[in-house]
Amino acid sequence: MAQKTYAGVTVDVNEEGYFTNPAQWTKEIAAEIAKEEGVVLTDKHMAMLDYLRDRVSKGEVLTIRGVGKSGIVDIKGFYEMFPGAPMKKATKIAGIPKPASCI
Amino acid sequence: MSEEKYPLKKVCIICAKGTIEDVYATLVMGNGAVMEGIETKIFFTFFGLDAITKKQMMKLHTGTVGNPAMRMPGGLPFPSILGMLPGVELGVSAMMKGQMEALDIPKVDEFLEMITAGGGEIYACKLAMDMFKLKKEDLWEGVLGVLTVGEFYEKCDGQQTQIIFT
Repeated sequence: MAQKTYAGVTVDVNEEGYFTNPAQWTKEIAAEIAKEEGVVLTDKHMAMLDYLRDRVSKGEVLTIRGVGKSGIVDIKGFYEMFPGAPMKKATKIAGIPKPASCI
Repeated sequence: MSEEKYPLKKVCIICAKGTIEDVYATLVMGNGAVMEGIETKIFFTFFGLDAITKKQMMKLHTGTVGNPAMRMPGGLPFPSILGMLPGVELGVSAMMKGQMEALDIPKVDEFLEMITAGGGEIYACKLAMDMFKLKKEDLWEGVLGVLTVGEFYEKCDGQQTQIIFT
């Protein structure tokens, strides 16, 4: 298993850089991954990361549709917050596995 | 020696059929591409136009005749002659929609909105519009334009681009 160091902490990641143990994640770590991904984290970003982590901890499957109903941001806003591939980027920054969903 | 990779930059999807499964194949592939950050353009033509025609888009059906992959719940064969009976197509279509709802798959209009919210573009085919006597105002509001084949191909330019016919 690969390891990476963020904010002075060594964490376990898979070959694509996704956390294998979400418990190792902190807000400081999130800020550093976000920098790697070219995203500057605002309060709204943090709320979204919390939402995603909460869903995953409850064993739910993440979907773009779900994010649109989160009450934090609409789908268009989500694409603007994490430009490019938003779900992949957001989950990487949130320290959770890459979502296995087609929608 | 590491192999050079050329990830997809753009996908252009053509949808020419109007059954639930044909339209959803297009919508899932299109939305999936948008989610991956791939530039996405979808061209609806012939019966595929139903998916972006206001009057029809929420009333798509699955054909119950001549589909050998169609089976009864439980796996028994579904004879075509049964599919011809009045109401069967409606019932099967309702069942398909129920299954999709259970998997949190959005309805056609919401799915199209998800695609365009992520920057995906939706186009209609001019020739098919003329054939079916449709006007731009008959189409879903998010349709970006009515294009000739040539105009659509122009939009499919560039390296690492693929055209998909569903």
